[in-house]
Amino acid sequence: MAEPRCDHAGNLTKLADNGLIWLELLRGGKILFKTFLIGIVLGVVAAASTLYAVPLVDQYRESSIIAVAINGGTTEEFHVNIPMDRIMIGAGDQAATLPEGMAWPDSELFANVRTELFKVRNARDTVIGIASRTAVREAEVDVIDWVIHLPARGSLFVSMAPQPQQGGYRVGAIEKGTREFEKLSGEISERWVADTTGEEGAPAGRLELNASYIGELEPLE
Amino acid sequence: MKYFIALLLGAAVGAAVFIVAVAYNPLLETQQVSPLTVTDARTAVFSYSAVPSDNLVLTNDGLQRRDPWPEDVLQLWERPIRQSEVMATVLHDARNQPAGLGIKFSSSSERTRVLNGELLVDSAWYIYVPGRGSLFVEQYENYWDYTRDIVIPAYRSSANAWKGNWLGNLTAGPGSLRTARVTGGSGEFAGHEMIGSESLIMKVWSVDDGAALAEGRLIIELPEIDVTDADQT
Repeated sequence: MAEPRCDHAGNLTKLADNGLIWLELLRGGKILFKTFLIGIVLGVVAAASTLYAVPLVDQYRESSIIAVAINGGTTEEFHVNIPMDRIMIGAGDQAATLPEGMAWPDSELFANVRTELFKVRNARDTVIGIASRTAVREAEVDVIDWVIHLPARGSLFVSMAPQPQQGGYRVGAIEKGTREFEKLSGEISERWVADTTGEEGAPAGRLELNASYIGELEPLE
Repeated sequence: MKYFIALLLGAAVGAAVFIVAVAYNPLLETQQVSPLTVTDARTAVFSYSAVPSDNLVLTNDGLQRRDPWPEDVLQLWERPIRQSEVMATVLHDARNQPAGLGIKFSSSSERTRVLNGELLVDSAWYIYVPGRGSLFVEQYENYWDYTRDIVIPAYRSSANAWKGNWLGNLTAGPGSLRTARVTGGSGEFAGHEMIGSESLIMKVWSVDDGAALAEGRLIIELPEIDVTDADQT
C-alpha cells in the first residue's frame, strides 16, 4: 500500500514543479511585455527626437566668393560656359532648339521671345546654381530678364536694358532678391567673353555676370 | 537576448505609431484653398500642365520620380543643384489659350520640419506675358497635404496609383495669408508689388511616374492696370 502512496506523492511533486515553472514563465512574460512597452516609448521618443534634430534637407553650399567693393557694398562673379552649361534655348526665330525634342510653341505670341536656361558657375568654375535669361524685343517691351537661382542661398531677379554699354556690358538693377538676397539691392552686369585660348575642349566663350550688392542701411544703436 | 529583441520590436512599433500619428494628425491640416480665390481684386489666372512631358523642358538630377523631359536635356547632377528642379512651360489663360511663358525653379527647403507638417520647397517663377511684361514670383510651397492625400494612399493602393480629384493650395508663404510675393519686372508690371498663389489639381498619380493627369494654376492679384484677356474679375 505504501508504493501507490509514493506514486501519488511523486505526481503531486511533479504537478507542483510544473506549476512553479508556469508561474515563473508568466512572471518572465510580464517582464518581456513590460520590456516591449518600454521599447514603444523609446521608439516614440527616438522618432520624435530624430525628426526634430536631424534636418531632412541639407542643401550643399559652396563657399561664396565675395569681394568688398571700393566704394562700399560687395561684388560677386558668376559665369556660364557656352555651350556646355546651356540647358535650353528656345526662340521663335531659331530653326534649331535645345534640347533636341523640345517643341517650342509656334504661336505668334512668342515670335520675339528668346529664352535660355543655364547652369551657373562661381569664380572657381564650380556649378552653384541655375539661371534663365529671357530676351524680348517687342514694341511694348524691350528687355533682358535674368533669374539666378542658387538653391542654398536664394534667387535674384534682374531686368536689364538690351543696349550694351561701353565695353560690351549690359547692366540691370536687382529688382528682387529672395532669402539671403532679400535685403540686398544693387545691379548685375552681363558680358560675352569669347574664348581665346584655342585649347581642345575649351568652351566657345563665357557669359560673365558681375553682381554688385548693396546692403540695407541699419540704424545705429 | 529575448528582452533585447522585445525592446527593439517595441521601439520599431513605437516609431511607426509616432510617424503614422504625425502623418494623420488632424491638427496639422493646412489650408486647402487659396485666399485669392475669393478676392475682389482683379486677378490673372495662368494654368499649366503638371505632367513633365507636357512642358517645354523639365530637368532635375535624373533620380527623381519625375523624369527629365525631353530625354536628352542636361541634368542637374552637380552637388549644389542636385536637390533642385527647373521647368519651362507655356502658360494658358482661362480659355486655355497660350498666354505666357513660365519658368519655375524649385529646391527642397532646409526649413522643412516634418513635426510641424511642413514639407517645404523654395521656388521662384519667372513669367513673361507677351506684349505686357514680366513677373517674378517668390514663394515657398508646402507639400504636406499633397503627400498625405495623394502619395501615401498611392503607395497603399494595390495598383500603386491614386485617382481622384484633389485641389490643393501649394503656396505657404512668405505672405502673411499664405501668399507668394510677386514683383513686376518690365512692361506694364514694372515697379509693382503684387501677391499670388499656386495651386494644383491632381487627378491621376502613380508611384512610378508621379503626376499622370494634373494641372497647376497660378493666380496673381494684379495692380490697377488695363484689363486683358488673361484676366478675370
